[in-house]
Amino acid sequence: MTPRTLEAGQLIDGFRLLEPLESGGMASFWRVARERNDLPMVMKIPLLRPGEDSLTIIGYEVEQIILPRLTGPHVPRFIAAGDFERPYIVMEFIEGLTLKSLVEKVPLPPDEVAAIGAKVAFALHDIHRQHVIHLDLKPSNVILRGDDAVLIDFGMSRHDQLPDLVQEEMEGLVGTGAFIAPEQILYNRSDPRSDLFALGVILYFLVTGKYPFGEPQLLSNWRRRLWRDPVPPRGRNAAMPSWLQEIILHCLEVDPNARYATAAQLAFDLQHPDHVVLTHRAARKRHDGALSVARRWLRTKWNPPHQQRRAVSSHLANAPIVMAAIDLGPGHELLSQALALAVRRVLVTEPNARLACVNVLKLARLAPDETEDAQGRDPHLGRLVELKHWARSIPVAPERITYHVLESTNPAAQIVDYARHNRVDHIVIGARGSSMLRRYLGSVSAHVVAEAPCTVTVVRVHGNETEVLTNSGDAQGA
Amino acid sequence: MAVKKSAQILPASHRCGRSTPLTAVKLKETLPNCGLRGGSLDMWIGLFADIHANREALEATLEHARTRGIGRVIFLGDYVGYGADPGFAVDTVMREVEQGAVALLGNHDAAIRDGTAGMNPIAAEAIDWTRPQLNAEQREFLTRLPFIFEDSNRLFVHASAHAPGDWEYITDVASASRSFMATRAQATFCGHVHIPELYHLSPTGKLAGFQPVQAVEIPLLTHRRWLAVVGAVGQPRDYNPAACYGALDIERNVLVYVRVPYDNEAAARKVRAAGLPAILSHRLLVGA
Repeated sequence: MTPRTLEAGQLIDGFRLLEPLESGGMASFWRVARERNDLPMVMKIPLLRPGEDSLTIIGYEVEQIILPRLTGPHVPRFIAAGDFERPYIVMEFIEGLTLKSLVEKVPLPPDEVAAIGAKVAFALHDIHRQHVIHLDLKPSNVILRGDDAVLIDFGMSRHDQLPDLVQEEMEGLVGTGAFIAPEQILYNRSDPRSDLFALGVILYFLVTGKYPFGEPQLLSNWRRRLWRDPVPPRGRNAAMPSWLQEIILHCLEVDPNARYATAAQLAFDLQHPDHVVLTHRAARKRHDGALSVARRWLRTKWNPPHQQRRAVSSHLANAPIVMAAIDLGPGHELLSQALALAVRRVLVTEPNARLACVNVLKLARLAPDETEDAQGRDPHLGRLVELKHWARSIPVAPERITYHVLESTNPAAQIVDYARHNRVDHIVIGARGSSMLRRYLGSVSAHVVAEAPCTVTVVRVHGNETEVLTNSGDAQGA
Repeated sequence: MAVKKSAQILPASHRCGRSTPLTAVKLKETLPNCGLRGGSLDMWIGLFADIHANREALEATLEHARTRGIGRVIFLGDYVGYGADPGFAVDTVMREVEQGAVALLGNHDAAIRDGTAGMNPIAAEAIDWTRPQLNAEQREFLTRLPFIFEDSNRLFVHASAHAPGDWEYITDVASASRSFMATRAQATFCGHVHIPELYHLSPTGKLAGFQPVQAVEIPLLTHRRWLAVVGAVGQPRDYNPAACYGALDIERNVLVYVRVPYDNEAAARKVRAAGLPAILSHRLLVGA
């Protein structure tokens, strides 16, 4: 089956070819339909020429084994695959714009770039959770569909529980010059943070209109990024906010350990610009001088960075987003101490964790929003001060902790929403003892346990008789 | 009479037709399913290698395979040696063969008749201990086992497709390539090494090994060739003491490495009580 022999109306294994789509370098694409039509579909047909380009064959094989295992809104649904005599993959047709189509509009406003970045980061986190590293992320492989980014083309990808067909065939050096991560150049195809590097390149491009490392075609030029740092984005576009530069340069760190630990943590920063801790990265105006570059070049030359290889799942397991839901009202001192202890225990075992301290201001159902209390103080600010005070005993680096005061008439729903929106892995929440009333109405923690999309730890105070009394309104403090 | 019985059984085992299913079929719920096209329920074959007279492990894995709807079993050799229950192991395999299973010859089985030349002292000591434990019927059964079994484009063997009687260990790309060159089968399944590994050969001649992750469906893509070392039922050596067997869906061409925790402490106690070398009981506890 060569592309030349394909024409509209032709039937392949029950799929009728409708119209050709823009073809890529290694495959042609057709819109197809089936008798019992389910959803819009596209057939990807690898361009296999005899004796040529085994990468095309491998890419087809890899996509054929990886795509059927991926689920969720961030990947096209797998429909069917042909055999080797008649190779094709039929998948869901994704209606939307590729990131590549935004190229003419660059530079884009920072807020828009951050929003796109968060969508792509969530998509990456979703496939990483399913053991897959994309390894060829670039604008043409990202389609924006509504609120989601959808990733396509898994031909160069790695599934950490399946044989890596690409590695053996190509000795590891495959990718796209502008986007490939330094560790990929060093033959490591097992680090999910390689995708964060590529996303950093995309974000850099979207805000500056330039590629941080150019678009080198020769493999020998790919290595330059191991020692040559890019011009900081603000050096190209001074109007860009420093928090975005911080995020982008954090993604572009040469050492994967210096990057964000997970795509979810990156998305967290992109969604909360005002919580980004600015470091030396944010302040940089130009790239490093010849001396430090030469030093790095020598170091790379004589002492290449040690590549640690771990399963994708272990990367993610070590870097959860932990959310502490804290009740700060009077009478909860014991409980908030117990909560701090529980959070410390979680963080001890998870060195790359990120902690979000959240307090929900409960609003009266029908009252208008109040921006200040009877004394004219901003209740948000007061809560924020208390949150930070609460967290002072938790040993975590400032760039790994954030404080959020939310407001809602329904605190439990708000906590669950927050957890879902930020891909929280673990909620730690206090339970204020048990009382008759609470049993009837249902407590916040019980609601959270029932609805949360992740693990929930419920913290109680030992022998909490006094707590119960406090909660039921009696003025007998703890 | 015993001789006659096994003589009748063997030809049946060579027909790789649809045989009496081991049992109850609950496969769909239990074997991992990643959303690939579903196969019919009796298409799963259990691959059992290196039982090594470990009654506890054999019972647990057979039970596991039954409740998960494994339709047929292919035993890849080494029913005896090392463990304390050789008679039980051989009887069990004989019974399965009567019901349509295939059983192949392993080097420890061959050593019962041919002697222990070429074996390490501990293995030899275990064989010398084992021989008098077996009755004539059991010994006869072992001597009649074939080296290989072929089914369409699959080959099953204890050690290697290359000179099966030489009992070469497939531990690296070089030994794997010798086995690949000795057969045209698309997929070869063997035991002998006690450490699960999956070698694959691309159409361009690139060969690599892969350490399989348990319970993950691995598609054996038809345009490359595969050599699966399935791990051991009765004496795992990959630092995981749980028994290991392979589950192969011949319709979808999917292989799963299955791990089954069993009462390895009881098995180890019996090895010690039998007076076999201490290392043999220790191995069962640590899986190495």
